[in-house]
Amino acid sequence: MSFSWAKPYEPKHPLMRWLDERLPLPRVVYGAIGGGYPVPRNLNYFWNFGVLAGIFLTIQIVTGIVLAMHYFATTAGAFNSVNGLIMRDVNAGWLLRYAHMNGASFFFIVTYIHIFRGLYYGSYKAPRELVWMLGLVIYLLMMATAFMGYVLPWGQMSYWGAQVITGFFSAFPVVGEPIRIWLLGGYAPDEAALTRFFSLHYLLPFIIAAVVILHIWALHIPGSGNPTGVDVKDERDTLPFHPFYTAKDGWFAGAVLLAYALVVYFAPNYLGHADNYIPANPLATPAEIVPEWYFWPFYAILRSFTFDFILPAKLWGVLAMFASILLLFFLPWIDKSPVRSGSYRPVFKRFFWLLVIDVLILGWAGGGAPTPFRNAVGQISAAYYFLHFLVILPLVSSFETPLPLPKSITDSVLHGEEAEAAPAGPKPRRKKTATAVVE
Amino acid sequence: MATKATSAEGSLDTGAEGVRRRDYLKVAAVSFAGVGGVVALAPLFVQMAPSADVLAMATTEVDISKIQAGQGIKAQWRKQPVFIRNLTPKEIAEADAVPLSSLRDPQTLAERTKPGKKNWLITLGVCTHLGCVPLGIGEGENRGPFGGYFCPCHGSEYDTAARIRQGPAPKNLFVPDYEFTSPTTVLIGGKGKK
Repeated sequence: MSFSWAKPYEPKHPLMRWLDERLPLPRVVYGAIGGGYPVPRNLNYFWNFGVLAGIFLTIQIVTGIVLAMHYFATTAGAFNSVNGLIMRDVNAGWLLRYAHMNGASFFFIVTYIHIFRGLYYGSYKAPRELVWMLGLVIYLLMMATAFMGYVLPWGQMSYWGAQVITGFFSAFPVVGEPIRIWLLGGYAPDEAALTRFFSLHYLLPFIIAAVVILHIWALHIPGSGNPTGVDVKDERDTLPFHPFYTAKDGWFAGAVLLAYALVVYFAPNYLGHADNYIPANPLATPAEIVPEWYFWPFYAILRSFTFDFILPAKLWGVLAMFASILLLFFLPWIDKSPVRSGSYRPVFKRFFWLLVIDVLILGWAGGGAPTPFRNAVGQISAAYYFLHFLVILPLVSSFETPLPLPKSITDSVLHGEEAEAAPAGPKPRRKKTATAVVE
Repeated sequence: MATKATSAEGSLDTGAEGVRRRDYLKVAAVSFAGVGGVVALAPLFVQMAPSADVLAMATTEVDISKIQAGQGIKAQWRKQPVFIRNLTPKEIAEADAVPLSSLRDPQTLAERTKPGKKNWLITLGVCTHLGCVPLGIGEGENRGPFGGYFCPCHGSEYDTAARIRQGPAPKNLFVPDYEFTSPTTVLIGGKGKK
């Protein structure tokens, strides 16, 4: 799709030729994830995580459809259908449930690495702004889906999570409380809320799959980025997706799935919260309400407003939390540096790692009971989060002097190989240009 | 409109008269379909609001004859906890002693109770921050530094009139509509009854 040297689809079997003339679906697949999609030859392992996210989306949809066959979306039956029926009586039900539960966590892990890959290598920059923004839409849909899925077992954390998260809406003056009641279909989470969350939890993954298709479509117009951030110049800079990257993605997927299997089999509840094994009780709040780990940084931002300033503290918290994600939609215009890759931006690179540490600290601050110390740390790191995107990034992109970029992808690859081949001792004759021509 | 249409499309179409007629039909048809479409969306919107069975449980009658001074009970109304507390004279005095100007959501205890029933404090047991159930209604629970309620989620502290004093909650605990149907029974949600 993207480059003139992309190999066109040539069906060999007469049946495939017959099909191609009538419905060119195999042609589309070949051009998207087959030999017809040229990919930069220098991708590192951080480029594996998009495919991995797709794999975990598939795992979630497949296990989820099966679990829905055994699940009762009623307040009386939900907890028992999950913890009694599915976990004990349904054949392999425990495995499917643990796979789904931890599949969500792994989906978020690979997605977070994918997002930070994009932040480091400037994947959000022209001409890939829409790829980035569609990715953020997927991320928002994932958050909504994960939240509603967590409500379905109707344990204490499910119930109180639903109460707190729908409570965000009541922060908005005048319309907030009616919106909350409308979203819940009642005054507190109950039957109506549970059944509509189930319906939407089943629907949203398919919407995600649709947006994933748009995300990949938009990506394949300019083609994949690469660790140097230098544009592809000619055919020597690329390799066909299949078999080169299908092989690399394949083995790496095996490695990550092994880690996933270890968690599912040996620590299935490590990432969850024990209180969700207590049936929902609308009259008693658990001593400590925390969301799932992948929401901790946002929960810390929510909690970091503890005093009123013109607007009520509660509204500030909710606005800041939404703003922390909506901000990322403007990233392509906030970071004006023409150099994409952080590898060639010495100042940006340092601030990038500070941001990573800051988000990890935010996660710590949001994941525990609100002690004064934890709140203070959360407030500082929440402030830094906004400082990074609103002040540091625009300043760095205008004042920084980037390092010289390689002439081409091929050039950077061959230079790297030569350096690796002779790490010490006398260097062999430098024949960089010669090798490049031979290649 | 007419002149514009004539100059722009006069050569293509039959004339000014025909173009105007078509425009009129287009606008009318699309508006009609648009209004119809919006009306068709209405059921999809209103189905989300609380259904009749939820609204039917909008009142709760509670017997308060057994609650001694200093005690409280937790009742349930619209699936939400309601705190019914029989305040001691000391607690009433404490609540009355607070200057209104020092409150985030200024209200006197008298405004939050029924005339002549100042000892009966009836509020929702739902923290106005993010909806947790505060502690303090049960025997021996942490009532916080102001002797009322303490929310364990984010540390909101309420006084003996269930007014917010410290922490992130913006409002006092909500006082629902209720009435004393007899000296020892309370009907909560009285006005909500249809």
